[in-house]
Amino acid sequence: MTTGITAFGAYIPRLRLNRASIAAAHKWAMPGLRGMAKGERSMCNWDEDAITMAVEAARDCLTGRERSDIGGVFFASTTLPFLDRQNAGVISAALNLEHGISSLDIAGSQRAGTSALITALRSAGEGDTLLAAADARKARPASSGEMQFGHGAAALTVGTGNIIAKLVGSYTVTTDFVDHFRGEGQEFDYGWEERWIREEGYSKIVPQAVKAVLAKVGVEGAKIARFVMPCTMKGIPEKIAKDFGIPAEAVADTMGEVCGDTGAAHALLMLVAALEKAKPGDMILVASFGQGADAILLEVTDAITKLPKRDGVSGALARGRREDDYMKFLSFQDNVKLDWGMRGEVDNKTALSSEYRNKDMVTGFTGGKCTVCGTVQFPRTHYCVNPNCQALDTQEPYSFADSPARVMSFTADWLSYNPSPPFFYGQVQFETGGRVLMGFTDTDAGQIEVGSSLKMMFRIKDYDHDRGYRRYFWKAAPVSTGKEA
Amino acid sequence: MARGIRDKVAIIGMGCSKFGERWDANAEDLIVEAFNEALTDAGIEKNQIEAAWFGTAFDRVHVGASALPLSTALRLSSIPVTRVENMCATGTEALRGATYAVASGACDIALALGVEKLKDTGYGGLPAGSRGPLPDLWVPNGSAPGNFAQLATAYSAKHGVSAKDLKEAIGHVSWKSHQNGAKNAKAHLQKPVPMETILGAQMIAEPLGLFDCCGVSDGSACAIVTTPEIAKALGKHDIVSIKALQLCLSDGVESTFNTWDGSHFATTRVAAKKAYEEAGIKDPRKELSMIEVHDCFSITELVTMEDLYISAEGQAVKDVMDGFYDADGPVPCQIDGGLKCFGHPIGASGLRMVYEVYLQLLGRAGPRQLKNPTFGLTHNLGGAPHSNVSAISVIGRYN
Repeated sequence: MTTGITAFGAYIPRLRLNRASIAAAHKWAMPGLRGMAKGERSMCNWDEDAITMAVEAARDCLTGRERSDIGGVFFASTTLPFLDRQNAGVISAALNLEHGISSLDIAGSQRAGTSALITALRSAGEGDTLLAAADARKARPASSGEMQFGHGAAALTVGTGNIIAKLVGSYTVTTDFVDHFRGEGQEFDYGWEERWIREEGYSKIVPQAVKAVLAKVGVEGAKIARFVMPCTMKGIPEKIAKDFGIPAEAVADTMGEVCGDTGAAHALLMLVAALEKAKPGDMILVASFGQGADAILLEVTDAITKLPKRDGVSGALARGRREDDYMKFLSFQDNVKLDWGMRGEVDNKTALSSEYRNKDMVTGFTGGKCTVCGTVQFPRTHYCVNPNCQALDTQEPYSFADSPARVMSFTADWLSYNPSPPFFYGQVQFETGGRVLMGFTDTDAGQIEVGSSLKMMFRIKDYDHDRGYRRYFWKAAPVSTGKEA
Repeated sequence: MARGIRDKVAIIGMGCSKFGERWDANAEDLIVEAFNEALTDAGIEKNQIEAAWFGTAFDRVHVGASALPLSTALRLSSIPVTRVENMCATGTEALRGATYAVASGACDIALALGVEKLKDTGYGGLPAGSRGPLPDLWVPNGSAPGNFAQLATAYSAKHGVSAKDLKEAIGHVSWKSHQNGAKNAKAHLQKPVPMETILGAQMIAEPLGLFDCCGVSDGSACAIVTTPEIAKALGKHDIVSIKALQLCLSDGVESTFNTWDGSHFATTRVAAKKAYEEAGIKDPRKELSMIEVHDCFSITELVTMEDLYISAEGQAVKDVMDGFYDADGPVPCQIDGGLKCFGHPIGASGLRMVYEVYLQLLGRAGPRQLKNPTFGLTHNLGGAPHSNVSAISVIGRYN
């Protein structure tokens, strides 16, 4: 049975930390970092994590299609917000996917994304599998990781019908090569010497997988239109490509200068970028490294030309806003503790029973639509809010997540505790009807006014640091990127 | 419509503690301070009080639940004492309970007392905390200034008032109240503040600066009510009576339906109309001698002038700038200094407003006494513009 990728999506946080600001902060101690201070790296806003990025990438991936035939959700990440609470389950609830689906978190290695893709491709059957990969790795200040890492997510649907890139073959090498690790209870990676990783790791292990997959399906390197290989070390993908006869122009950009290395998501993020520009018949070879290597060979089909327009990597990159404030990054990463005052001490304990009971409303952003008068409203209640209707128990579920909206009133609040003051919030009027008092996110001073267009984004509402919990809800974000601000 | 409450109940004694950062006082001290003044004023014995209503809002930072803090503080023996809470309308709700009890004939003399001890939180502004297990999941963790500031953006958009003109008008609202508060020894803030200071102050929630926000303070106020007949029997000649008590709550239309424009208080408009009808007032702009409104924020006061039908819609900025609501204007607003200068100990504020109307009607307001007032209106607004509790009372001379 032919299996393959049926759609793709991507998400990169709007904030792009100027690497020069990192180098400037550490200049007194680590002047050598200046050599890495080129371009920007993506960074999560304070209310983003691997789950929220995965939800946004998945929404992009699901553009213009029904969700009822999604049969499973895979989530790959090395920065899962929960060690024991299925993260894929949060994603499926946010996407309002059917209850009768399978779900799985896949973690533990930088190739979690590609290994999840191989697993999804090989197990494709009834219904498409939605695969999201996201990482929001923390790095110790002044480490090379702080410069190299980015935050981001990619999503793919995998199935047997309407394939845009079919699986030609795949091969995996597993070997316990510890280039870096992050042990239990540790915030940061610990890595070994880069020269050793390059020579004994990338240069020897990745070629084994590439060689095996090409041999297995009998495809020559010269036929490869795009070679996708995440690697922060210069020249490695080019060298491997050359060794296999893959054209130099086929080597995909690693997005180091505009995004950084998004960990377990990065191979898939680069794959999405490749698919965005691919033509029917293109052969795409994906290779990723991490305690071994995965190699996946895909062939783009005619169906790619019919895929509805989506943001993809190019749209996500275009939404960026440069951030020059390294202290903001440190604070968002929880790498420095600011004195937020007593208002920041509020206990954000979540009533799990209430959260479950209201899961569709809160996680899925589902309100009601009155079947008598048609009024759309949030929250969904027993009595219709229309004063001329007030019908009892007539509201059907109605999702607000993808409804366009506008600012009705707003403020920039400097009094309330917010990890990125001022706190923008206000009345959001949905164009389909209905209004909700909502927090805004990804908003700068001067970026919004009454009437500004908004879109909904899935974000962290509050952290409960005492108990290690976080709760999610939807926020309004300006449709304009705010670059002018 | 039922006949209403007009002239069925008289106020025979009132008291008001010094408002402010009362580092020296517990809630009990504030309660006793206000109560003793009222009891002396009424000229009755404590044991003549047959029922009491206790208004207080933030129990978690304050006195705890129930009406026990009042019954214990005043040693109210063997009478019913009821705790009420309805956000910023709490004090007026206590008065409504006591007034309705007397009007019904269930008791002859009743006490309404409101108190709030806010200054034990360790920080400025109202206490922050959980809103409950469901709201915590989705309602933004905004502040009171943030919620009320949104009136300004919506008002500007609706009436085409520039942000600068609106900022100056709300600045005048605060300037006028500070002028008035300077003549009130019980106020928390008693210094006039120059306009430049008001307009240039640090931003709290755009466009509200520090001086657009009322103070946060501790305080208590209370009223002793009975029937006009009993008041006369007690030897009272100059009798102040309750002309109207109205309350209107949001039903979710403003926050959830599509009709409200965010620039005004729908509840206040309903409560005002009903209150004028109950009190027999036909033209509030001409008949009201003074008003004490809920100026938690300057923008709240400004739009409330329209919601009370004193300024025409869209004309509040002009009236404010013309000095219509200044101490020497036709309808002085916040002649005691308002929440702006008294601060807002939630449970006490409604009764503190009635206290000022009572003093003015009896000619006891000292340096800020108005000439021959006949009707005074008080107004409380609890919650946020999109979802709130609005209470209005009209107090006047009993004829």
